[in-house]
Amino acid sequence: MNFLSKLSCGFLGVIFFAAVFAPWITPHSYETQDTLNTLATPSFSHLMGTDRLGRDLFSRLIYGARISLFIGVFTTLLALVIGTIYGSISGFVGGRMDGFMMRIVDIIFALPDMLMIILITVMMGRGILGMFIALTLVSWVTVARLVRGEVLRIKEKTYVEAARALGASNAKILTKEILPNILGLMVVTMTFRIPAAILAESTLSFIGLGIAPPFSSWGTMANEGWKSIKFYPHLILFPSLAIFLTILSFNFLGDRFRDYLDPRNKARFN
Amino acid sequence: MLKLFFKRLLHGIPVLFVVSTITFVIMRVVPGGPFDQEKKLPPEILVNIQAKYHLDQPVTTQYLLYLKQLAHGDMGPSYKYIGRDVADIIFDTLPVSITLGMLAMFVVVGVGIPMGIWSAYRQNSIVDRACMFYATLGISVPNFILGTVLVWVMSHKLQWLPPALWEGPRYMILPAIALGAPFSGYIARLTRSAALEVLASDYIRTARAKGLTETIVLLKHTLKNSIFPIISVLGPLTAGLVTGSFVIEFIFSIPGMGSFFITAVTNRDYPLIMGVTLVYAVLIVFANILVDIIYMWLDPRVRV
Repeated sequence: MNFLSKLSCGFLGVIFFAAVFAPWITPHSYETQDTLNTLATPSFSHLMGTDRLGRDLFSRLIYGARISLFIGVFTTLLALVIGTIYGSISGFVGGRMDGFMMRIVDIIFALPDMLMIILITVMMGRGILGMFIALTLVSWVTVARLVRGEVLRIKEKTYVEAARALGASNAKILTKEILPNILGLMVVTMTFRIPAAILAESTLSFIGLGIAPPFSSWGTMANEGWKSIKFYPHLILFPSLAIFLTILSFNFLGDRFRDYLDPRNKARFN
Repeated sequence: MLKLFFKRLLHGIPVLFVVSTITFVIMRVVPGGPFDQEKKLPPEILVNIQAKYHLDQPVTTQYLLYLKQLAHGDMGPSYKYIGRDVADIIFDTLPVSITLGMLAMFVVVGVGIPMGIWSAYRQNSIVDRACMFYATLGISVPNFILGTVLVWVMSHKLQWLPPALWEGPRYMILPAIALGAPFSGYIARLTRSAALEVLASDYIRTARAKGLTETIVLLKHTLKNSIFPIISVLGPLTAGLVTGSFVIEFIFSIPGMGSFFITAVTNRDYPLIMGVTLVYAVLIVFANILVDIIYMWLDPRVRV
């Protein structure tokens, strides 16, 4: 572990802690309007100032972490599960079946993904559920492709052949021999997919097509801040920083994991 | 070559068909429609409007009607911009979006490739570290954050460049940077790792042994051989620029297709949504074909 990855881990730990325990650590409620104190700059009572309606920005940022992380983590997990099942079946069965299954993946892969995410989210009423479905639908194919490639590679290995010679069933070979060997790949994929999902969510919310009020993700907050950027830049500064640092930390960790799992780099870690 | 082009073009057709079908189905299965407003229309008028746009027919009939219309080159009228055809709107906005995309691509390639080559050449130096730091930042900064920062610094604080609209070259600088710069980091990384491999190869040693200058070794031998991984990501990159252009057009109030798509989606302007989605899909399909062809043209090994 180098300094940067420790720092990234620490930052993500704090963010996750804040998201989970939001109601206990926020100094104010995220929707209480302090009408005498609108658009305040940062002070002791309002650590990051207040927005146009006098709501405490710090508290809203912590609640925003809940939505951004929830979407990032859970769409990735679901995409990972679907993609792994689909990809490993396709790679393991092979032949015609594989060709057919990959043709479907190719077509979904070729769809303009942002357009599809926007359409599905907006048509489903701009809720968390719609966003969740939209992001999962476009991202499982990437996982499926990766997993299929790995399975194709691993199923030719001698230890798989040995297991087969010993009379192991297909299901057993898949779960006991092949899947444990692609676990590393899945961890790396996950650390890169989570920030991608957070990015997509915040981008959508920023252009006003993502999560609808009264919920607020970091993207929604950035959108509100954008309207008054000229005179109250702190409104957009804090949510933007949160998005940026979270994505940056995940990317640092992802790079680290990838280097660690790359056999060509093994010497560096010994 | 020509045969391959047409073959790839044929492969693109199912993709376009799937895009249009999915878009159509998503739009129609959800309750509510383009003419549900705050102020309810009188039922007789609503019935008339729906009959005019065939919205009273079953979804499959509507889709077939749309495809038939499309085959005649007609994308239908916009529901919200009264009196304007979708083709009209696209004709006005597409050039703007394409200009923005090309400028951004120029930023991506113009910054990313030199940076990658240079940092590979000076591996592990301070230059290399700085370039790779820029690359990691680039990958992690969303377009919209870079865009807002640029507007705040360059337009509001320094007042050097206009913060919005699209009225000449001065207006294009900030949007092009905001759209292109994050991707240039990615390209820089890719170029660096490709160039590192090339620089360690025997023909580079031969070139140097022949007494060629470092400039020629770098530009002619290294660049030419490390360009392939970059070309192969140009397809996904184009898709990324398309995605990013929505946000950038929103931030800078640029009258491109992205802005119209955003309003069309909120208004449920069905024909406009369909039209813009299809045009974007065609652009992406074409970009991918183009990339394949360039790849083959540059690398004789894949040509067979």
